[in-house]
Amino acid sequence: MRQDHLITATQLSRADIEAVLDRAAEIDADPGAVADRYREAVLALCFFEPSTRTKMSFETAIKRLGGSTTDMGTVESSSVKKGESLADTVRVVEGYADALVLRHPSEGAAKMAAEFVDVPVINAGDGAGQHPSQTLLDLYTIRENVGLDDLSIGIMGDLKYGRTVHSLAEALTNFDVRQHFISPESLKLPRSVRFDLHNSGAQLREHTDLEEVLPELDVLYVTRIQRERFPDETEYEQIAGEYQIDADTLELADDDLAVMHPLPRVDEIDPAVDSLSQATYFEQAHNGVPVRMALLDVLLSEGEL
Amino acid sequence: MSDRELRVSKIRNGTVIDHVSGGQALNVLSILGIDGSEGLGVSVVMNVPSDRLGLKDVVKVEDRELSQSEVDVISLIAPEATINIIREFDVVEKNRVDRPETVVGLLSCPNRNCITNANEPVETKFDVVDDGVRCTYCGTIIREELAAHIAPE
Repeated sequence: MRQDHLITATQLSRADIEAVLDRAAEIDADPGAVADRYREAVLALCFFEPSTRTKMSFETAIKRLGGSTTDMGTVESSSVKKGESLADTVRVVEGYADALVLRHPSEGAAKMAAEFVDVPVINAGDGAGQHPSQTLLDLYTIRENVGLDDLSIGIMGDLKYGRTVHSLAEALTNFDVRQHFISPESLKLPRSVRFDLHNSGAQLREHTDLEEVLPELDVLYVTRIQRERFPDETEYEQIAGEYQIDADTLELADDDLAVMHPLPRVDEIDPAVDSLSQATYFEQAHNGVPVRMALLDVLLSEGEL
Repeated sequence: MSDRELRVSKIRNGTVIDHVSGGQALNVLSILGIDGSEGLGVSVVMNVPSDRLGLKDVVKVEDRELSQSEVDVISLIAPEATINIIREFDVVEKNRVDRPETVVGLLSCPNRNCITNANEPVETKFDVVDDGVRCTYCGTIIREELAAHIAPE
């Protein structure tokens, strides 16, 4: 099926994923080969929520492809502040750009935006929904480090509100992966994600304690327990800190374990872990550029995934 | 049913929705957007004995023939319902309801953070799944109390 946009990870087949990852590997090996490919291209950045990695890596990606960006800026400095709807904003912005990267606090925002415009829309995070371009760089990092089949992964932290978790878990169902979900009871996977995982026949187990599963993991994907997702500060305080790892925690783990994190971290991973061979999260963040270059190349050249 | 037991008389022209799950008749009217202001004759019988359902409701709407697509949505809360089109006191058409693939504009998404609750120019849309409906935009699944999510007109 022709797909002009990247909205959720469930839309991605194994072939779609491998096409982007293979392209990313080619670009990673020889970035100069694509330096002028999209000299006229303009990428619109519409970020209704703060972002460092996603926004900057998309910006770097289009620049390394020879293109440029047009940036909505912050909500406070844009017409959104005057009450403009998202539907109107994206219809205006599509006239300025060849593709649109959208981050928005409401779930389903990118899906709706894609219905109003003809240029490709990339969902760069919709509330507690999805973040599929992050998933592509996560998968690239996993493939580079431990391979994507016969894999045992632990996904830990805020599984309820963590959009990177939702997209990653759904994309992993395309591969031979045992998924372990480690979280407090109150932050377990939401019903909608379980529904998709069960429909895909995913192998998943749920835990409240990392230690019972850590020795068998190839990848430990740690996520931040997000303060901004909690309506109640007391609930946040109570749970934060229960799911942190440090060098002692990792003594139980395999030496080849890849510890990943979409970042930013607060205190889920002790800085002492950074110098261990298992720390993979900065490499993961750097992979955002070649993977997003590959994604843009696929969407801008073929107009489909 | 004898005259002593007869609760609602036959209608001349219109639609009779029979075998509605007991207690759901008012929700059926909500789904159809009928609130009495249209001036149509509407009869509602609730919680009467039924061999098939135990208790059933019946809704009669005079001088209006409901389309199949309108009544398909009723299947979400009354899967056993039958639709009888009446002309000159005779049943000229009798149909069962079919579950639709999608429901557009009828339900509101219970996820307050869904884009369909953000004053955007977009109608709600739900895909019908095995045992409920699922918001096309945010993925939220409604299984229980479907009628409670019927969007106000």
